Amino acid sequence: MSKTEELVQGVLAGDRRSIARAITIIENNTAEAPKLIAAIYPHTGKAHVIGLTGPGGSGKSTLIEKIVREYRRKGKTVGVVAVDPTSPFTGGAFLGDRIRMQELSTDQGVFIRSMATRNYLGGIAKATKDAVKILDAAGKDIIIVETVGAGQSEVEIIKVAQTVVVIHAPGLGDEIQAIKAGLMEIADIFVVNKADRENADKAVMDIQSIQQLNNKEKAWRTPILKTVALTGEGVSQLVEKLEEHRQFLEKEKDREKSLLRAESELAEALKEKAANTIIEELKKEGKFEELLQKILKKEIDPASAAEKLFRRKFKRAANDAET
Amino acid sequence: MQGTRKIRVLIAKPGLDSHDRGAKVVARALRDAGMEVIYTGLRQTPEQIVETALQEDVDVIGLSILSGAHKALFPRIMELLKQKGLTDVMVFAGGIIPEEDIPEMKKLGIKGIFGPGTPTETIIQFTLENVPERT
Repeated sequence: MSKTEELVQGVLAGDRRSIARAITIIENNTAEAPKLIAAIYPHTGKAHVIGLTGPGGSGKSTLIEKIVREYRRKGKTVGVVAVDPTSPFTGGAFLGDRIRMQELSTDQGVFIRSMATRNYLGGIAKATKDAVKILDAAGKDIIIVETVGAGQSEVEIIKVAQTVVVIHAPGLGDEIQAIKAGLMEIADIFVVNKADRENADKAVMDIQSIQQLNNKEKAWRTPILKTVALTGEGVSQLVEKLEEHRQFLEKEKDREKSLLRAESELAEALKEKAANTIIEELKKEGKFEELLQKILKKEIDPASAAEKLFRRKFKRAANDAET
Repeated sequence: MQGTRKIRVLIAKPGLDSHDRGAKVVARALRDAGMEVIYTGLRQTPEQIVETALQEDVDVIGLSILSGAHKALFPRIMELLKQKGLTDVMVFAGGIIPEEDIPEMKKLGIKGIFGPGTPTETIIQFTLENVPERT
């Protein structure tokens, strides 16, 4: 058995070292990575993937710890992917989400992995999606993805999660009204955490009033729940709602979201492949620098350059097929 | 896209002391040197530390201890690392570790010991030079 095959067997058996090693491989995008993903992909699709997003200070990690405990009480196994930003200046990252979850680290039914965004511009990094696939193939019933509550990644969470939970807390200075419209629309469950604070009820009402502006008829009515993550208050109701949504998804077979996810992953893979192939060729021909210079001198814009390169590639492929 | 390997470091505080300023200073320094640093907070047991190192597939572990319990805790940690097959992780330590204990700690497999006042640059260089290769 090759090393990759051994690793795949380990992941499918739920071996923790294999899971950890597999995630590192896809994160570093080594030569093994595509083979690894191809091998485990058929074994994915069983887990309930929950995305949790919200501003810093809203209590995401503390809440996740309580959610995981509740799921464990119900006998489910859980994977957690906690994402933190990579510094654009140093390329390093401080991954501190585990601080709030450390008591869970020795529970064999829980696997927690901290990941840095590695400067993936806007959206959920492919590595995060692949880490979810690995945990899925490894047999985790529930996978929770905690994302950086900033930039596009908030709304992009829909590309990896089946259930999106948006968490907020009163008095963060981030007014509820500042919640991006996109986030309002994709949330399946709203949570107002730190609900023991004074303005919690106002926060709930603010969310409700924004919801009412959204006239779309939805099959799932997005509930607004209150929690106090520190004490665990409201968490069992939250988990019940998560379960309800999962059942809703199964019944509705939620085709639209699944198709969206599949299309987005395919498109991304195509873009990457096309870009890499064409740029590599150009570099081999020694024409890459030249093209970059043309773009810098404003002789051609990037989109037109891409168009030209694309046509040339197709022409060549057609000629090759003929000869 | 080209593969990028980042050095992943676990900064852990075993034992019961609650002084983590030093640990955080080192954590931030390593982050500023381009590494991904997992910090797990105070009062970690050896079991928690090793399990974390396993799940996070770290290359390096930095143990920070100021309570004097290194002689009790470090052997346990090194033993657990061996048990779990994490023999290719580089371990260094910092905090209050008396000079006369250093040889014993090195024998356990702890590669570097950095006392109070060690410049962070020293620790960064040491880590970069001693991080194990990944095949």
